[in-house]
Amino acid sequence: MDILKSKLPPLGQLGPFIALAIACAFFAVTTERFFSGENLSLILQQVMVVGVIAIGQTLIILTAGIDLSCGMVMALGSIVMTKFAADLGLPTPLAVLCGIGVTALFGLLNGLLVTRIKLPPFIVTLGTFNIAFAITQLYSGAQTVTDLPDSMTWLGNTFAIGGTNVSLGTVLMILLYLGVWFWLRETGAGRHVYAVGNNPEATRLVGIATDRVLVGVYVLAGVFYGIASLLAVARTGVGDPNAGQTENLDAITAVVLGGTSLFGGRGVVLGSLIGAVVVGVLRNGLTLMGVSSVYQVLVTGILVILAVTVDQLSRKAAR
Amino acid sequence: MFTKIPLAATALTLLAAAAAAQNQPVVGLITKTETNPFFVKMKEGAAEAANAKGAKLLSGAGKTDGDNAGQVTAMENMIAAGAKTILITPSDSKAIIPAIKKARDKGVMVIALDSPTDPADATDALFATDNYKAGVLIGQYAKAALGNKPAKIVTLDLFPGHPVGAQRHNGFLKGFGLAAPDAKSNELGKDAAVLCMADSFGDRAKGQTAMENCLQKAPEVNVVYTINEPAAAGAYNALKKAGKDKDVIIVSVDGGCEGVANVGKGIIAATSQQYPLKMASMGVEAGIEYAKTGKKASGYTDTGVTLIAAKPVAGVESKDVKTGTELCWGKK
Repeated sequence: MDILKSKLPPLGQLGPFIALAIACAFFAVTTERFFSGENLSLILQQVMVVGVIAIGQTLIILTAGIDLSCGMVMALGSIVMTKFAADLGLPTPLAVLCGIGVTALFGLLNGLLVTRIKLPPFIVTLGTFNIAFAITQLYSGAQTVTDLPDSMTWLGNTFAIGGTNVSLGTVLMILLYLGVWFWLRETGAGRHVYAVGNNPEATRLVGIATDRVLVGVYVLAGVFYGIASLLAVARTGVGDPNAGQTENLDAITAVVLGGTSLFGGRGVVLGSLIGAVVVGVLRNGLTLMGVSSVYQVLVTGILVILAVTVDQLSRKAAR
Repeated sequence: MFTKIPLAATALTLLAAAAAAQNQPVVGLITKTETNPFFVKMKEGAAEAANAKGAKLLSGAGKTDGDNAGQVTAMENMIAAGAKTILITPSDSKAIIPAIKKARDKGVMVIALDSPTDPADATDALFATDNYKAGVLIGQYAKAALGNKPAKIVTLDLFPGHPVGAQRHNGFLKGFGLAAPDAKSNELGKDAAVLCMADSFGDRAKGQTAMENCLQKAPEVNVVYTINEPAAAGAYNALKKAGKDKDVIIVSVDGGCEGVANVGKGIIAATSQQYPLKMASMGVEAGIEYAKTGKKASGYTDTGVTLIAAKPVAGVESKDVKTGTELCWGKK
């Protein structure tokens, strides 16, 4: 029995799967169209932008940090890449790289302010959130960027698997999650991220360059925000300067629902994907049931409290 | 001798300027946000009117739609800076009332623009779009454009509890010929013909998500009401991906230049155009009048709403896209 217990993932990691399973079962029973390939594929498309942002957010939260600027940086990235392609006529790959370059630069800024000036991540990213927003509005002139080349929205295209249309962007999101999951588990650099989040002082004393790990994490997160920018452009077909305003809290919600601890050092990145999907499932299922969106917000809030409580309890049990 | 005359002249000029500045009416404009093109245009209209008529304009806003505290702070600062008239688009129609009362007790005239406070008589006057009428017009258009087919409606609303969202939604139902709550209600009316209601938050991407979900519920939809033009653009994206863009009539409200361009492209069938510039310039003029004569503006003035449609339908008056483009707000 004990051997079995030691093989099962702890409740903190199973919890999100259980919540998702219950939600899906509930909606499958109460509505006609929830449990169809088409609908489920749709939900994945709806969460792919927040989902990829949440990868970066997970990395930062694993180091006991937080990033409030992620949504705005994503919006800035999408404005940069679309304007470079539409206004300056750059070829799509170059424009996309520029967009990701800008978001990575913001990540670098966040990382340097946290490590060199030793400012709390909450404060730093609150500041860069505002700066990114202002730059986005000024550069775009509050105008949506349209007439994009087809290659830029390529990730929005779908292909068929056995009668269901699956979006390329969704596949990318899943591949990115698997890649980061592997990197965090199996590589030294990945494990350093956990170490820094768990106990930065001990990690430093062991000889790991904690500052470099932190800056690396913020820059890497910035890259993911840039990829999310591209997915946002692919999904909506435009560069929207008013996008990204609530994505920071949506991403943090996904990470928390996924079982990652806000105190750092614990969590599985795949959980954030589950967390993002749970929110999408709730929104989709409640709309299909004809229930007001207020209840979606209520249920999400309750789930967040539950998730953080489970994390706290399993921390206490581990001691 | 020669130094005294220029000195005296300078002193007189300064005194005159100071006197003029003291007589110059100071008007404060507080919008919901700094960035929504609707409010950017409103601010431009106010600034133009202020320049033309010799008033000084102070402007400010909340951080986001719904940021009441930011608007209260802006109001306090403007009154301290000498504003005798405040024009405000209230982010929260109830929560702003104590601050407005304090201002009015000090003799400041407060005029609501674009949306009323709740109750509406908490301000001296209201210059606004009749959002209910805006909804009625597009409801009438949609019914006429649909013809004899049974209506399968989806509504993409703002978010629960917002008066403008409720007025446009309910006006749409009324114009369509369905039972609907009246203009005072904050609740979204329901009807058997409305197969799905979802919240778009007036946002393009969230509008697309809302439409996708409603399409799952009601694939046979043929009319979509949207709270504003970004939501309509998102809805169109969802319909296009599902191959249904030709079968569905999308109607909206706002009349921004991007939205009117979308009417021209066939993305939106019809939109009710409103006039933020007019609200702002009327507000500034009222402020100048108050400063000069002490006469306050009062009551509700409808700043007008026009239906813009690419294809006119019988029985519903509308203007064409060319007219809509001339009158639109935002960057052309």
